[in-house]
Amino acid sequence: MARTFKEVLESGDFVITAEAAPPKGTNLGHFRQHVALLKDKVHALNVTDHQSSVMRYPSLGGAIMIKEMGGEPILQMTCRDRNRLALQADLLFAHSRGVANVLCLTGDSIVVGDHKTAKSVFDLDSSQLVRTIRTLEKGYDLAGNQLDGGVKFCAGAIVTPEADPIEPQLIKFEKKIEAGAEFIQTQAVYDLDHFAEFMAYARPFGAKIMAGIILLTSAAMARFMNKNVPGIKVPQDLIDEMAAAPKGKALEAGIAIAGRMIRRIKDEKLADGVHIMAIGKEDKVPDILDAAGVKL
Amino acid sequence: MIRSITQPKLDTALESLLEGYTRLFVVGCGTCVTLTQTGGAPQVAAMRERLLSWGKMVTGSTVVPVACDELSHEILEEHQGAVASAEALVIMTCAFGVQTIAGQFGKMVVPALDTLFIGKESAAGTFLEVCVQCGQCILGETGGICPVTSCHKGLVNGPCGGTKAGKCEIDPNKDCAWTLIYNRLKSFDKLDLMRRYQPPRHHNVEPKPGRFQAPGT
Repeated sequence: MARTFKEVLESGDFVITAEAAPPKGTNLGHFRQHVALLKDKVHALNVTDHQSSVMRYPSLGGAIMIKEMGGEPILQMTCRDRNRLALQADLLFAHSRGVANVLCLTGDSIVVGDHKTAKSVFDLDSSQLVRTIRTLEKGYDLAGNQLDGGVKFCAGAIVTPEADPIEPQLIKFEKKIEAGAEFIQTQAVYDLDHFAEFMAYARPFGAKIMAGIILLTSAAMARFMNKNVPGIKVPQDLIDEMAAAPKGKALEAGIAIAGRMIRRIKDEKLADGVHIMAIGKEDKVPDILDAAGVKL
Repeated sequence: MIRSITQPKLDTALESLLEGYTRLFVVGCGTCVTLTQTGGAPQVAAMRERLLSWGKMVTGSTVVPVACDELSHEILEEHQGAVASAEALVIMTCAFGVQTIAGQFGKMVVPALDTLFIGKESAAGTFLEVCVQCGQCILGETGGICPVTSCHKGLVNGPCGGTKAGKCEIDPNKDCAWTLIYNRLKSFDKLDLMRRYQPPRHHNVEPKPGRFQAPGT
């Protein structure tokens, strides 16, 4: 029987997770294919929650489907769209359907998404959401009322090692761990020397830390992220490497870079694992793992 | 001094609100909207021209001193005739002014502006939102900078991952509140305040609509 994500975290093995985005609509065919392809190649699959504030099939629905297919889901929950009643209710629902892992996020701004006039909520923040999970686990809701049947989760949160400035981000990171985060996924990292410095700071806090890996698909994508995505910095040498790839071979170059980074993170024990975000190219995750020479 | 910050409605929106009205009286204000150049004397004059170009009749116009205060008898009397012959008032003040004037003149009102926020002039012509009247002031723990107002997401336990060079992910012209708070607290050697966990906030300190009775009144 496959191990739970928590068991893998506690085993000390190099943890490998990947991301799966539910569809815009109810055609779950592609999502199901990605899950089938990846569920036995990674330790757990993250299901995104209206990523980039774009309305989609819910992360909870995707997580339940992964569970039903015999995979290990990590339910992403943002604080953007639900108040504390709805978040707690969804945690009860998730537990009742066997979803055991939750990644707590603040959530992107509504105004970057596809429903720009919607009301944003942020009734709780990510550290408060982690504490909410720990409170529910004690058998009480946030109002102090007793639950008839409790919950148990492996709770995680995120950090952005390339945030600018970094110091306020690190204080938030520490608050998330104090709140009870057992694992931390990072925003995509590319400069592994810089990431090693971050890890020297972060390791003593005890949470398992998984380095975020976003698959580069072109030099233009790398430049776009540098310009537009806060907390992501692709060094010039990697952009040059992508740009130097022969026509039609950029994706292969990106897979090679991702594989090389994962290999180094594992060999040099830079982190406890990796979280692979092959945005829109989920079917390439096995190729990345092959390039890295890692498997479960 | 705090100011009510407004912006003009789009012409298409205003024209649609004015459908069915022919005779109009225009009201501006000498306070906030004069500063923001959205409802002062020049804007009221321009509105008269625009209304004429749309085929409306303008029975008169005025720029009252402070539209959110009760208007004096003198003002009401001075414009009584022109207001009486108008079917509606086109009001170029913030929404506080619109409500006051609607009550005092007893006429249908058409707001020409949208009220954005309560702000303070931080540099010539630049206005920043300063307080969202949350009923649970946190400024003592943030060095006097309000994250409930100044953080796009209203976060109270530190920044999200969207800080870019100390600016907010949604607009490079907007400061990241938590970068400002960090720097301020650091300068006072008070970063322990930022490390302190802030529990979920009370969003119903004064349930809407707000009402306050001063003691002994």
